[in-house]
Amino acid sequence: MNIAVNTKGSKYHVNEKGYYGKFGGAYIPEMLYPNVEELRTKYMEIMSDPAFQKEFEDLLRDYVGRPSPLYLAKRLSEKYGAQIYLKREDLNHTGAHKINNTIGQILLAQRLGKKRIIAETGAGQHGVATATVCALMGLECIVYMGSVDIQRQAPNVARMKMLGATVVAATSGSQTLKDATNEAIRDWINNPVDTHYIIGSVVGPHPYPDMVARFQSVISEEIRAQLKEKTGSELPDYVVACVGGGSNAAGTFFHFTEDEGVKLVAVEAAGQGVHSGYSAATSQLGKIGVIHASKTLLMQTEDGQIVEPHSISAGLDYPGVGPMHAHLYDTGRGLFLNATDEESLQAAYELCSLEGIIPALESAHALAKLKELDLKPTDVVVVCLSGRGDKDLETYIKNLKK
Amino acid sequence: MNRIDQLFSKKQNNILNIYCTAGYPAINDTVGVMQSLEAAGADMVELGMPFSDPLADGPVIQASSTKAIANGMSIKKLFEQLKDVRQRVNLPIILMGYINPVLQFGVENFLEHCAATGVDGIILPDLPMDEYEDEYKPLFEKHGLHLIFLITPETSDERIRKIDGLSRGFVYAVSSSSTTGKDKEFAGQKQYFERIKKLQLKNPVLIGFGIKDKATFEAASAYSNGAIIGSAFVKALETSNDVPQTVNQFVKAIIN
Ligand SMILES: Cc1ncc(COP(=O)(O)O)c(C=O)c1O
Repeated sequence: MNIAVNTKGSKYHVNEKGYYGKFGGAYIPEMLYPNVEELRTKYMEIMSDPAFQKEFEDLLRDYVGRPSPLYLAKRLSEKYGAQIYLKREDLNHTGAHKINNTIGQILLAQRLGKKRIIAETGAGQHGVATATVCALMGLECIVYMGSVDIQRQAPNVARMKMLGATVVAATSGSQTLKDATNEAIRDWINNPVDTHYIIGSVVGPHPYPDMVARFQSVISEEIRAQLKEKTGSELPDYVVACVGGGSNAAGTFFHFTEDEGVKLVAVEAAGQGVHSGYSAATSQLGKIGVIHASKTLLMQTEDGQIVEPHSISAGLDYPGVGPMHAHLYDTGRGLFLNATDEESLQAAYELCSLEGIIPALESAHALAKLKELDLKPTDVVVVCLSGRGDKDLETYIKNLKK
Repeated sequence: MNRIDQLFSKKQNNILNIYCTAGYPAINDTVGVMQSLEAAGADMVELGMPFSDPLADGPVIQASSTKAIANGMSIKKLFEQLKDVRQRVNLPIILMGYINPVLQFGVENFLEHCAATGVDGIILPDLPMDEYEDEYKPLFEKHGLHLIFLITPETSDERIRKIDGLSRGFVYAVSSSSTTGKDKEFAGQKQYFERIKKLQLKNPVLIGFGIKDKATFEAASAYSNGAIIGSAFVKALETSNDVPQTVNQFVKAIIN
């Protein structure tokens, strides 16, 4: 288990001040200082504890079902002329990579003596993963979700409720993921002592981006071992992942950042097209600023008001991007592509017909860019299949008929 | 001398600081509301620069911010409105806002405009102390602008001292661990207020969050140099047909 690996001296991981290059930090109001400071001073100590790591590992194995398979997708490989592997995060309990992080954070919250858990959710995947671990540990769970998303993602709302969580509608602003995050932060301000906030991606104030990336880093740790077994080398030519806030991508990239020969490909949601006015391609449309207490790239007006993004996939519908990714973009270490709603739908249908796998709409964005990588037959490509498509069936069926 | 310091050199008790959102209720109400506040007897005004995602604010100030942005308010617009404000308003003026719009305007540009229009103090709740010390302190001082920091019931004595050391003008004591406009039990905060008093800070202290009427204003002022009223005032403006009269009645009900 490598979640506490020392990344000091790396150009691509967080520095001792909580920054990735010029991105990151903790732009929090004083009301949040004790909570965030407690996390900052304790997270590495807790994550380094062998007893903690054993508990995390045991739950990932026996409860989540890890390691997730690394599957050589033969027909997809044939079509794109390369060796394409899918990292099957869709096979995890609750259907996405999100559970890696919620298992880690719930164990951490227990060690901090917290009694009450809050979370934000967009598509509902992180909300379900949080409700799940709260049920597992017998902790109170409150999930904030934009009213618009509550309507778009009804099955996940029902799942959270069945798991015992209270789902609170965020009715402020545009009533989507950004506003759900605002409401969760406001809840934390109002409940500073007994509550832990399980953020669902590599966003928010330091140490969240690093902490969440570390819990998700099991993805790339496993990929290295699995590739070694299958190909004789730990190193692929490409790793590809979709980016909303960027947690599945951070997990997929984590143990490859220093291997400069491995191309890190991040795929953002272009929505109806990067310049259509209905897009969530933050690296292309964003400017540096502060969102949810992190200095990073974000979509905003000239006056510094945060603008509403658009994506067919609720999980990528976020106007910012984690500071680690802003830095990978800024340094050129990451290759940032984007996929439209339509391209992603087509990529999802293609994976169904070629491999018999219905991917989450988010993950379909990553698949949609295989066609733009200049692939050779010898190239080894790993795509993070971050989640399964059950939650998106309605969208898939609706668009098939069109 | 900075108008905030002037005020505290003349008056140490029952300082009434009223928050209102710039460009609210109507875009051109900004200066008029301040004039009415001054006429009615308020001591200081905190002008909110509206932000789309105000993390530390409750529903009332959120709604006023959304409305003000829809009205066309921005930092640029605000400085246009404040151009001649010192011919009409003598109250100390504090701009309160979140860091992102200020970063987009440019911190130095922002401070220059503040100094040129006669702003006295600034509150940026999401600008961390370290960042201020490392990057911006000399700029604020060069322009004679006070940056006012917040403390909360969870802030340790040691940290309060550090905040006091870095704050200019006054220290803003948040009454309870909450967002703005929450009605948390005021009496339970006695210990916290007494703890602050005992620390004998170098700066005056104003208490804010949850102060809404004469009773809460007086209770807060008993432990400090005065208090800040925000949500309750914004709420009064929300339903007002006659802004100057509403402002007058609101202030009078508190100080008379
Ligand atoms: C399956 C799946 N993939 C990706 C994401 C996007 O999140 P992140 O960018 O943090 O991986 C989500 C978010 O809901 C998701 O459900």
